[in-house]
Amino acid sequence: MLLAVRHASKSYNGVPALTDASLELRAGEVHALMGENGAGKSTLIKLLAGVLAPDRIEVEIQGRPATLHSPQAAYGHGLRFIHQELNIVPQLSVAENVFLGQRYPAWFGTLVRWRTLNRRARDVLAMLGVHHIDPSERMARLSPGDQMLVSIARAFAGDDSDNGSRALVYVMDEPTAALTGHEVDLLFEVINGLKARGSAVLYVSHRMEEIFRISDRITVMRDGRVVGTRHAADTHPGELIRLMTGRTLQQVYPPRQTPVGERMRLTVRNLRSHAVRADAFDLREGEIVGVAGLNGSGRTELLRALVGADRRLSGEILLDGRRVSLTPAMAWRNGVAFVPEERRSQGLVLSRSVADNITLPGLAWLSRGGMLIDRGLERRTSRSLGDTVQLKMIGPDQTVRELSGGNQQKAVFARALTRTTRVLLLLDEPTRGVDVGAKVDLYRLIRELSGQGAAILMVSSDLPELIGMTDRILIMRQGVLVDEVPTAGLTEESLLSLCYGETAHERSTDGGR
Amino acid sequence: MSVPQTVGVRPARKRRAFSVARWLRTFGTLIGFLIIVAIFWQQRPTTFMTVTNWLNITQQVSILGVVAFTMTVVMVVGDFDLSVGTMASLVGIIAGTLFQNEQPVAVAVVAGLLAGALGGLINGFLVSYVGISAFVTTLGTMTIFGGLALYISGGTTIFGRVIPEAFGNFGREGLVLGSITIPNLTLLALAVLVLTWFILEQTVFGRRLYAIGGNREASRLAGVRVRFLRLLAFVVSGLGAAAAGLMLASRLASANPKQGDGLMLNAIAAVFLGMTMSEEGEPHVLGTLVGVLILGVLANGLTQLNIDSYIQQILTGGIIILAVTLSSLSRRGQ
Repeated sequence: MLLAVRHASKSYNGVPALTDASLELRAGEVHALMGENGAGKSTLIKLLAGVLAPDRIEVEIQGRPATLHSPQAAYGHGLRFIHQELNIVPQLSVAENVFLGQRYPAWFGTLVRWRTLNRRARDVLAMLGVHHIDPSERMARLSPGDQMLVSIARAFAGDDSDNGSRALVYVMDEPTAALTGHEVDLLFEVINGLKARGSAVLYVSHRMEEIFRISDRITVMRDGRVVGTRHAADTHPGELIRLMTGRTLQQVYPPRQTPVGERMRLTVRNLRSHAVRADAFDLREGEIVGVAGLNGSGRTELLRALVGADRRLSGEILLDGRRVSLTPAMAWRNGVAFVPEERRSQGLVLSRSVADNITLPGLAWLSRGGMLIDRGLERRTSRSLGDTVQLKMIGPDQTVRELSGGNQQKAVFARALTRTTRVLLLLDEPTRGVDVGAKVDLYRLIRELSGQGAAILMVSSDLPELIGMTDRILIMRQGVLVDEVPTAGLTEESLLSLCYGETAHERSTDGGR
Repeated sequence: MSVPQTVGVRPARKRRAFSVARWLRTFGTLIGFLIIVAIFWQQRPTTFMTVTNWLNITQQVSILGVVAFTMTVVMVVGDFDLSVGTMASLVGIIAGTLFQNEQPVAVAVVAGLLAGALGGLINGFLVSYVGISAFVTTLGTMTIFGGLALYISGGTTIFGRVIPEAFGNFGREGLVLGSITIPNLTLLALAVLVLTWFILEQTVFGRRLYAIGGNREASRLAGVRVRFLRLLAFVVSGLGAAAAGLMLASRLASANPKQGDGLMLNAIAAVFLGMTMSEEGEPHVLGTLVGVLILGVLANGLTQLNIDSYIQQILTGGIIILAVTLSSLSRRGQ
């Protein structure tokens, strides 16, 4: 047994986040940790990382009791953390990021020996099987997937230096969220290497396929408690979903209830920005259209150009037959609501309340005469929209920062429903980081909205999600809208090969660029 | 296998410490203010805690208050405005020069406010539309406004009979209520305070400003016209600086090309002191009011204690750093 955690409990202001949770990691195993957002996974990990003080916890590492009262202590005990939010410094080089927080090799202890630093970074990356990243490159110039690989490399960086303690346990919190298929393969190879060395990996993810691919055992949490641990070989997705949600799920993707309308909701012609080109596409009333493509193919940028979040070079946009020139402000005013790709940096004002965030785009009509704040109306609106998306909050005045990731995403979603939304744009994997139960809620909402006649355009790298929800799919390749296919009859494989085009194998070394 | 050890044995203490930190964070600055008041009261029992003295303090801080309240608006958006001090000087000189040319008070006041709004417009345009940092922009315009004030005045002070009596008297008179007189400048500052509070806390405009300050990109994507509102925030601080410049010229019945320069640093200090009082570290105008009063009471009390004005300056700086340090230390507990 490498690591045993027993009776871990933690509450915030009297609200329990984690109750009597126990978990054991064996040498050489990948142990998946699953659960809905707010189930207590993050809290448990933070206790292990020593960034949060527990109410109670017993920790044993290699059979000896240990205290994890600080990040340094956790590091000293051989715990390594790879977080879902990238903790990188974009202005620094790859090598500097890999060894961030450690002593850089230096002449006289002051002048950094860049060549040595770069060589060591290259070694660490090579250990991961990553050869295409230049250690002297600025971090900001890397694709999100490569940035993730670097932050993973950082977790390994300490091991070979003289002063670093040996890593026993790697905790990975949704490491694949920003990775392409190929990068995921690479990561899994790395993980298998770690297993072979006798380390344990605690792997947090919402992605069922990945979990069954990589893990040996699976622990499921719900409402702050551990509800069960299973051998991956002895269980199946249905059972895990039941454990996570406490109910069985007939279908993750609710079927279409109403037919697609005849009227054109949105017509786009000749849309161009610095990043994308789309000659023509339309959305009908009640239609759900997906946008698929590899990472970096311009999926998200297409929608950003559409709403004017990025500068348009040209483009004719007709909304219900009327020509409009969209900026983000004009979009919201015209009933074109959208959910941006990054909830923390682009979606939410973390320092403000749930109500402030939900009502932000709708302030003009949630106020007296468009001028004066109407707190009563705001609270009522945000409470009812919050209920619609089943947002778990203490109240509308709670600061958004305090919500769990999935609930933050729901807050961003709730906002897109503030007024009769005519067109809903979901900029990138709207359900990223959201647990299964909440996902189903969001899918149901998307269906309901389309049933009311709204047209929906959704970008996603989650292929089952695209196939399960959409009527048609637009294919983006290298910034260009190249194809449009009906969803019926598509499989993940056929959709993926459409995304790759004919050059699938040639560019397989770097799908992210 | 050895007996597992319980590590988390500090829950109760931890929680209490946490709430003390929270409480200190919100009220620490206010308590500090009350302590300062108590010390001066104890030291000067007959003169400090009197209605007359407090009215005097409010008059002394009224001009700083107007600058600080409007500076709060810019800082809510996440910018700041270094040009307010020299703008106040410049507006005083503009009014004085108009008086020299026998223009009526109304013309001078309107021209002064227009100059402030124009200055703010320039700052806002450069920061928001051209994309230069607020620091560099307002550092530049600060220097320009200061230079203009010196150029227009020829470096001399405008005073004496050219200043209309009504203008000069306004800053020294007040609203007589029985035995006490509430200074006009105090009333004016109070009006600006109420107006700023209303705009920031009760209007859609204010709410959007806070959203921009919290996350500019998210606000833009949520349909907030970030650039325009940032520009407007600078216009507000320009107007505030202009009003302060006029108040100062009225109170001194003269216009010196340097007389407003010192307002800028104190105004920013006051906003920072106020920010220590809010949970999320946001500027709020009522916090700024406390900040202004701290600075005003310190100046008043230390003068009554006959403390050398140079020493006063050192003490004031030290207290500002102390307040902000305590606040950020208590924040670290999160």
